[in-house]
Parts: sequence; structure tokens; C-alpha cells
Amino acid sequence: MKLKAILIGLAVLFKYAKVRSPEFRKRIEGKNLKVQIKTQDGKKGRLYIFKDGAVSSKGGVHDDADYALVFKTEKIAAKLLTPPINQLEQIEAIKNFLFHPEGDDADGTWFAQTVMAATAADWRDGTKMGDGVTRYVTVTNGGPLFVFVKDGKILRTTPIEFDDKDAKGFTIKARGKEFTPPRKTSLSPHAMNWKSMVYAPNRIMTPMKRVDFDPNGERNIQNRGDSGYEPISWDEAFDIVAGEIKRMKKQYGQGAIAHSNGSHHNWGNIGYYLSAKIRFMNAIGTTEVHHNPDSWEGWYWGATHHWGNSLRVGGGEPFGTVEDCMKNAEMVVFWSSNPEATNGIYSGLEGSIRRQWLKELDIPFVHIDPHYNDTAQMLGGKWISPRPTTSPAIALAIAYVWMTEGLYDKDYVATHTHGFDAWQAYVLGDEDGTPKTPEWQEAETGVPAKDIRALARQWGSKKTYLAVGGMGNTFGGAARNPTGNQWPRMMVCLMAMQGLGKPGINMGNMQMGVPHDFGFYFPGYADGGMSGDLNHTGLAVSLYQRMPQLASINPSTQKIPRLKLPDAIIDGHAEGYLWDAMRIEGQFKKFSYPAPGHSPVHMLYRYGSSILGTLSDVNRYVEMYKHPSLEFVVNQSIWHEGDTSFADIILPACTHLERYDIGEWANAGGYGAHFNSQVNHRVVAFQSKCIEPLGESKSDYDIFAGIAERVGLGSYFTEGCRDIDWAKRMFDASDLPQHISWKEFMKKGYFVVPTEKEELRAPAAFSWFANSTMKTSPEPMPLPGDYTETFGKGLQTQSGKLEFEAQSLKRFDKDDEERPPVAKYRKSWEGPHIGDTGIHYPIQLITPHSRFSFHTQGDGKDSFLNDIKDHREMIDGHYYWIMRLNKDDAEARGIQNHDLIKAHNTRGAVICVAHLTERLKPGVAHSYESSAVWAPLGKVGKSADKGGCVNLLSPSRTQIKQAHSMANGLSMIQIEKWDGSIEFDREIPLTTAQGLNAEKEAAE
Amino acid sequence: MKKWNMIIDVANCTNCNVCALAVQDEHVGNAFAGYAEEMPKHGHRWINIERRERGSAPATDVAYLPTMCQHCDDAPCQKAAPDAVKKRDDGIVIIDPVKSKGRREIMEACPYGAVWWNEEKDIPQHWIFDAHLLDQGWAEPRCETACATAAFKSVKLTDDEMAKRARDEGLVQRDEGHDTKPRLYYKNLWRYDSDFIAGSVCVQKDGITDCLEGADIALSKGEAIIARTKTDAYGDFKFDQLVDKGAEFAVHITAEGYQNEVRKTSLEGSIYLGDIALQDK
Repeated sequence: MKLKAILIGLAVLFKYAKVRSPEFRKRIEGKNLKVQIKTQDGKKGRLYIFKDGAVSSKGGVHDDADYALVFKTEKIAAKLLTPPINQLEQIEAIKNFLFHPEGDDADGTWFAQTVMAATAADWRDGTKMGDGVTRYVTVTNGGPLFVFVKDGKILRTTPIEFDDKDAKGFTIKARGKEFTPPRKTSLSPHAMNWKSMVYAPNRIMTPMKRVDFDPNGERNIQNRGDSGYEPISWDEAFDIVAGEIKRMKKQYGQGAIAHSNGSHHNWGNIGYYLSAKIRFMNAIGTTEVHHNPDSWEGWYWGATHHWGNSLRVGGGEPFGTVEDCMKNAEMVVFWSSNPEATNGIYSGLEGSIRRQWLKELDIPFVHIDPHYNDTAQMLGGKWISPRPTTSPAIALAIAYVWMTEGLYDKDYVATHTHGFDAWQAYVLGDEDGTPKTPEWQEAETGVPAKDIRALARQWGSKKTYLAVGGMGNTFGGAARNPTGNQWPRMMVCLMAMQGLGKPGINMGNMQMGVPHDFGFYFPGYADGGMSGDLNHTGLAVSLYQRMPQLASINPSTQKIPRLKLPDAIIDGHAEGYLWDAMRIEGQFKKFSYPAPGHSPVHMLYRYGSSILGTLSDVNRYVEMYKHPSLEFVVNQSIWHEGDTSFADIILPACTHLERYDIGEWANAGGYGAHFNSQVNHRVVAFQSKCIEPLGESKSDYDIFAGIAERVGLGSYFTEGCRDIDWAKRMFDASDLPQHISWKEFMKKGYFVVPTEKEELRAPAAFSWFANSTMKTSPEPMPLPGDYTETFGKGLQTQSGKLEFEAQSLKRFDKDDEERPPVAKYRKSWEGPHIGDTGIHYPIQLITPHSRFSFHTQGDGKDSFLNDIKDHREMIDGHYYWIMRLNKDDAEARGIQNHDLIKAHNTRGAVICVAHLTERLKPGVAHSYESSAVWAPLGKVGKSADKGGCVNLLSPSRTQIKQAHSMANGLSMIQIEKWDGSIEFDREIPLTTAQGLNAEKEAAE
Repeated sequence: MKKWNMIIDVANCTNCNVCALAVQDEHVGNAFAGYAEEMPKHGHRWINIERRERGSAPATDVAYLPTMCQHCDDAPCQKAAPDAVKKRDDGIVIIDPVKSKGRREIMEACPYGAVWWNEEKDIPQHWIFDAHLLDQGWAEPRCETACATAAFKSVKLTDDEMAKRARDEGLVQRDEGHDTKPRLYYKNLWRYDSDFIAGSVCVQKDGITDCLEGADIALSKGEAIIARTKTDAYGDFKFDQLVDKGAEFAVHITAEGYQNEVRKTSLEGSIYLGDIALQDK
């Protein structure tokens, strides 16, 4: 009886939805389908008939259904279909085969999503602003946006200004003053740029096929990158991609399909690459292109061994450092740390105001960076400018002064560290006969010895915050150049000498460490989303218990190290080391491609971003795409740029302003634990589909679903949900319902998480360690078994202390000269030692992250960013990429400000526009990595690029051999005034990574 | 009558350009009848950030100066075309997007280059102080909301109140001698339009060179000592906010136990005197 009522209720719901919901009407429009719900004995059921936009139903079981949902018993059916739907019961029922489908998977997916759409008939998002304007909310990689829409078109986008109902922000009391952040969110330049990105002229508006690609005939692989495209229908595109997936598996077996994505994506926990994409790629079985820890590198491969923190990829804790720095620090040393340009990550410009507070408190600053960077510009202070790659030598000289003048915390070293004698023997020269004096470092770095001695003395006598990398305690900068492994190790060792965790003595640049209520649960993008992947996301630890879902496991265990993808395709083999941050020793695991018994890769599924702008020595990828073993390339992308032009089939994805999602600002989950401590207010948003997808573009979710349906995996992939239904599941899984209803959340679009009482704030990072107490920091790491003696006491290292001599490295390979157990200075293999005439490539080019674009996101695309004077410059109708160089270097080459120049080495050639500056010393040039535009002037791979992909020049060699780490922050190059020539001849083999050491070259 | 003014703090501008992007976001693709026609997607900088580097490596610094229509009370653009340029009661200048068609003299009249020519629409255009939004009840122009470092502060005050505020806070108008009575005021403008003289003092002992902290440094111009300072931990000193271009200055260095040193320089841009090694007495 109960089932009958429920089934009638469903029919009523459909009719109600048809009246109430335009979206539902649109969904059933033109759909002709009969769906039977029945019990397995065939006795009970109801038929639902969708025909020409109408929906009707008939009681009983009928034999003319197109699709049937068959429940084992009436009781089971009644239980599972009674609203509200219990996801755990559903998953259990599927797992235990309590119901099953009969018919085409695509019909089943459609019907289930239609049921979901009917239940959502009353959902409405956005706030009416009058005059036909609706205000929606979304979150971007650079801050949340209000999106004002009129007549289906984006009118404007603004930061969020909080209203009176939104929770108050934190207040910090320091040195007699009170500080509280403004009641609004902030935006990075790339986030204030979305309107032009959405309406970019190079948006891909239809699926496309390369004109000379025939999946059933001639593929013309050699023409990739040269040929044009023709539009095709979604059906055709889906059929070709699904057909190739099937062919790969049948013809070659497991492993033949590889997938590769960038490190970032459009914001949102459902559509994010670590969510929908993983479920899809696991579902079809794919070879993973295994990422290197690109943002951390030296922190992961180096610093981890001295202080643990493997689950922070080698970076430090952030807790309480903003408040501690403001209250207690007497000096801040920024060392390869330019948060005003990189803004940590994802966080808009939230850290800027806090750094202004430091300035207001009159705390002195030092900036160690080859570039007089944007943070130095804002804060002022002493600028120390070493040659790129050499600053580990500065660290050693500082340690030398401390040791010889007694300017370090001897008690702390005695009680909280391990292996100081070994470090001291190296620093003082007892071991190798070379005392690491300030004079010794001067020869390496070009920094006067007197300045380093003064710095060491000042630092040794003041409570000092060491601000390293983009996050202040990890990330980027010098960790991403050829000596990037040495620098973070030495940063930890310096802090170990000064008493890490004591008041005012810590790591931070005011970017992380805002006092939030971290106990409020909302998952981050790496907490699994809808991926179902319990092994490679935070799902098992963070989300699965709250948001049950079908598990997804990749049948292929084959991996390709990302930095060697071209080698793998061209040479057929490659080796790398794992990014396994669960434990310190995870990174020692070497893996090989191909994996035993797996097929080599013959199909590449590219997803978002542009390799040519972001990876290293990128002419290798051009050759890879043209290699005959790579039979099929599909690229799913929003914009036609970079390596989309090497695809056989292009699938047009829409932006996240054109689809539903849910997400918290700057919350990356386990990928970067507590990254939301960068923002001044925790903001969780319902991400509206502000406008309909442009052209025929679709959400990534719907693209994956469309392919999945063609291999019978549509229901598995979607679990019968639309993207918005997954967003609702995540809302329900979080702590949001305790504070705001779903309907209000959809309407308002965001929620500000209330701050915690001052007395409940987490103590400063590592203060528990300095105080020798149980760990008080609210982080579930390291793993319980990774504490040496007592759970909750000490660090993750073998000794439980800060280790000057890393025992993990001693265990792994104590004789490794590139990464010895004691951190040592070793000259860069991409050499800085210049000055001799006759050297081909005398200029050190540093290529930090772009200040204005987010990697390739925001650049090119005819976007607003092109007009920023320090981003690109228009010359003769083309927006050229900018390279900055010292006036003396320019003069020696007859180069004037705004001249077009050719920057080149044996790997490639790029045409840029010269900006002359005093912010770099002679011998050093500066240009941002990550041009989205790749524009070869002549033959692909054999000519100079005028797009600005300076990664054509960067080394692909791993920082150290026993790691999978990129070193493309530094390239040796030559610069000359451009004479208009376009040809370029590569002088070195494609797949043998080499460094350009000018000194070695000179000696030869 | 309270009128709009904009205060720009040069020390707070970091060149993030979010203000200029907000202008593009607001005006590209949007026409606001009576206020502004659509802005061209590229080439116009209604908010235009100028950069100035001072000194030379390693003694260098950089300042950014946001410039835009100054909504002058004595606006040359209005004089050039009184029928097409309106001065509102709240101080905001609006170039009428219809009446200004083809009127290049409006653009040419602006001594600050703050009026841009829209080739496609054949009209002059400028930053309109977001008058269209203020008239709808918005509290402030978008550049101010978008700025994360509080470089912009719009205030609606009587002219007397504003004059007092300018005096109290050391705000200056940047009229470059044109006497147009701008409604834009700058704070810390010296970061952009003055120069410095800097240097580093060191001493040698037992073959080791060290920075000398606490040395007395005096700056003289002609006969008069005009400023004094001491060297910091790096032996560095800096005299800033100097405006007498081409003038002759002398830096006098005295430190106990060392011989005095004097360095003379003329102020051709910002000057870094380099390392000055003091000799033992």
C-alpha cells in the first residue's frame, strides 16, 4: 500500500514540477520515454510516460517500458523511494544489489536526474536587485564574486560586501592597538577579470574535430598543432571519444588511456578536477599522469626531512602566526617571499591589509630576493639581492656568524634538535676545510659580506619572523629552482637555531594564520567531493562519513611522472618518484613507466590549462603530440589556447559562472591544509549558474556524464544526480544546516562562518613544541604511527625533534651528494656564475608566478588583463609578454625600454618586450611564467614564440636525481634585440634533461 | 552643499590594478544612458596607474600613482564644451555621451590626459566617479570597494570641510600648475614626485669590512644643515622628500673613532652614494 502511494506521489511531483519549474519543463521538452518502476516479482509498479513535454503515469507493470528500475521487494522499494532520500541507504542498496536497472544506461541517468529535478522544483537562487537585475554568487581562484546578471548576460562582478546579518570578523590586539579586517572580500586581478574571460573570443563554442583527423581512417598525427578544426555535434564528439576509449581497452588493454590536467581548475567542490574528473577517470580506467608537488618542491623533497610536516607537503603549521607576529616579532625577514604578487593562493588580496598592519606597527623588514619585489615595494626595508639559486650560501653564512658569535638559542638547540654537531662541523668548515663565512658567500651570491654579517647579528638579537615562499612557511620561490631542494632545508635549520615556536620566533609572512573557527566543518576541494576515491583524495578522512557515495577505484596502477610525459611517449619509458605525503618515506618510492603488464599509452585525455605555458622545456611537448604512438588526443577545455591546438577532438567546457557548484573560499582541503587561514572571513558559497553555458559548451560534469553514458557508466558516474544535487548533498554533509537553510543559502549565495572567541583560538604554530607539551595545534597530522614515542608528542622526524642531520635521508641514501643528510650548498647545474666573455647564456632569467593572471587563467583570451602595463604590452597590434632586465645589461646589448627582444638558449626562443629596471641587478632578468598564449612565428617547434611562453627556455631536469621535482624557476639565457628572424634550431636532444652551467661551459 | 572628493594614498597603492579592472568590468559592454557610453575593451585607462622607480640597485624604491579624471571645479573640458560637459551639484563632472560626439576639443582640453577618445563611438570618455551607481544609492565608487589596500577613500564633504581635511592630513592636489581645482587629493605624493639621497657607511678592522651602525649623518644644502639622521644596522642612511632638482647637496659623516667624510652630489634624480668606508682616526 505504501509503495503504491509513493509511486502516485512521484507522478504528482512530476506534474507539480512541470508547473513550478521552467528548468524542469525544459528538461522534459521533446523527451519521449517510458519508465517503469517495479518489484522484481513483477507484481507492483507504475509506469511514467514522458511524451512531447508532458508527463503522465499508469499504475501497474507494463511491457512497453523503455527502461525499468527493478526493486527486489516492495518493502525495499518503499524504503528507498520515501523522501527524504537517505544517501547512505541508497549506496548500501546499490552495493548490495537491492535494485537494478533494465535498459539503456543513458535513459536511467536521465530519469534519475529528472526525479531529482522534480524534487528541486522550488529551488530558486540569487537575490533580486530591481530593474531586472539578479545578483548571484560564485567563488573563483582569486576570491568570491557577486555576479550581477540582466537579461541572461553578466552586467558586472564585484567583491562581496557583507551585510549586517553576516558574522563579525576577528580582532587582534597588539602593542596597544586593535586591528580588524574590512567587512568585504577582496579580489586578485585575475578574479576581477572574469567577465572578459567568460565572453572571451577564444571560448570554444562547439565540439570540434581536427579537419584531417579520421578515427576510422587517416589520423594525420604529424599535423597536430598545424591543422585547423571543424565543428561537430555533441553526439558525434561523445561517440568518437567513447569509441576510442573502448578501442583502446580492447586493442591494447589496461593502461592505454592517460589523462592529464593542470594543477588548478575552476572553483567548486563538485566540478573540480579532484572531484568529477577523478570519478570519471577511475570509472573508465586510466594511466595517471602523476603530479610533482609543483607548488612546494624543495619543501617536500627537502624540508620534510628536517621537521616532518609531510602532510603539509613539507611546509609548516600556520596557526596563530598572524597574531603572534603582530604581538611579539621584532623583525620580519622575507626570503624569496613575495606575497603581494602571488597572494598565497586563492585568497584574493586578503593578506595585504595584514601586512599593512605590520607596517603600521613599525616592525622592520628585510627582503632577500634577486628582484626588488612587490612586497618590498609595499613595505620597504633592506633589500638584499643574491644571484638566483645561490641564497642557500647566505643561510650558511648566517649560521656561521651565529655559531662564531654565540647568537643562537643554545638551550633550545640542546633540548629540541638533533644532529647539530654535524651541521656545525660543515658550517665551520671542520668537515670540508671551507668555513662558510660571509666572505665565502659573497663570492657565490654577490651580496657584500658586511650586509650578511649585519643581518645575522640583527636577526640573532631580535625576535624574528622568517617569511619564506608564497605562504610564509612554504611554497614556491627559490624552492622551484635548481637548488630549490637546499634552500627550504636551510630555512628550517636556521629556525631550529633561533627557537622555532617561541613567542615572536616563527615562520610566516602574514599570509596564513588568521584566527578562524577551524572546528566549523566545510570540506575543501581536495576532500574528495564526488570523486568516490578513498585512496587519492581526502575523502576517507574528511568527507565520506558525512557524504556517503559510491567508491571509485582506478583499475590501472600505471603512472607517468608528469615532468617526463614527453619522454614516456617519445622514448616509451620514464621513471619518477611518488608524491605520497602521508609519510616522510613516501617520496623515496621510485616508479617506472610502463608498469608491469600494462599497455603503453596510446590515448591522452587532456583536461584544462596549457602545458606549454606552465611546464618546463615545453618544446618537448610539441614533439610528444606529434609522436605516432599517440593515436588519439582529446582536449576538454574552456578556451582555445596553448595545447588545445594539438587535439584531435576538442570538448568545450563552460566556466563555473555557467554551472552550479558549492565551495568555500581558499579551502583546498588536504591539498593545502588550512589554506582558508589566508582569508579574513571564512566564506562558503552556493555557486550559482549565473548564466546559461555559452554556445554549446557544457559543464565538465555533463561532459563526463555524456561520455560515461556511452560506456554504460552514466548512472554510476552521476548516482542519478545533477551537479546541483551533489551541491545539496555537500551542503547537507557540512555544518552549514546548523546555521542557514538550503533555500536561504541558495538565495543569498554565501555564508560567513562566525569567528571564535579569542580565548579559544589555536596557539601559535609550534609553540607546543617549543614548550615541550602535547601537541595543541588542531591538525590531524602526522599519522598516529608516525609519532616516535608518545602519540601527540614531538615532531614527525625519527628523533621527534628538529633534525639538522636528517635521519630519514641517512636511512635512504646517506651518500647522495645532491641531498646529503646535512643540508649543504651545491652550485646550481643551471649556472649562475657569469662575467666571463664568450659564454653563450650569461643572463639568469627568473620566472616566478604571474602577479596578474593565475597561471594561464586570465592571461590571453583578449582579456582585460592584457591592458595592465606590467602584464603585457601592445606593439604593432600584438600583446607581447614582458621581460624585465637591468639597464646596464640592456645598454650593453643596444636595447631600449619597450624594444622587442629575443630571449633564447639551446631549448627555445621567445620574443618579449623589454622593460628596463633598477629592481634587478645586472645579469638577472625577470619574466613571469605561464603565458596562456603560444604563438610560434613559423614552423611549430622550430621557430621563436611571440606568445610569451618563457617555459620554452626552462630546464626539464629534476632538481635532484632522486626526486620528481621541477626546477624551472631559473633559466640561463641570452637576450638580444629582436631582428625579426623567426627560425630556431634546437641544439640539445629533446628528452635528455640537461642544465646550462655557464661556469662549466666557460671551463670547457 | 556636500560634494564628492577622492583621496588617494600613494603609499597604499601596490599596482595590483584591481581598480582599473573594476572600471573595465563596469563599463565594457555596458552603456549607462546620460552617464557613459560603452568603454572600448582595450586601450582606455580611465584609471591609469603610473610607475616611478627611484634610485639604483640596491638602493631603489618604487611608487605607483593612480590617476584619473580629477573632476575639476574649474574644468578645462567644461570650458571647451560647456554644452556637452556638465558639472553636477555634487562636484562630479560628466561628459555627456551624446552631446560630446565628435568633440575632440573636450579630450584635448584636459591637461592631465585623463580624457580618452573612443574611436569607434567618436566620443571623449573619462572616469565618471561611478555617478550612475552613487545615484542608485551605492555608497562609494567601485575602485574603492575593489581596493584591498585602502588606496582610495571617497568623501562627500563641503568644500570647507575638505579644505580642512586636506590641511590636517597633508593632502595635496596634483594640478601641475594648471589651477583647475581638482577634486582628487593625494596623500604621500612625495613617494612619487620627490627624490632621495642615500648611502652606506662601513669600516674595516683586521681585514674585515663591517657595516657601521649609528654613524651621524648630516645633509647640507649651501651653508645650512637641513637634515640629520643615523645609519641603521646595515650602515644605510637615506634623506628623502627632496624636491630641489639639480641643487647641490653635501652629506657629512661623523662617527666616533673614525675620520669624517663628506660626499657632495647634485640632485639629478635619486642618488645612491654607494659604500663609504670610514678610515680610523
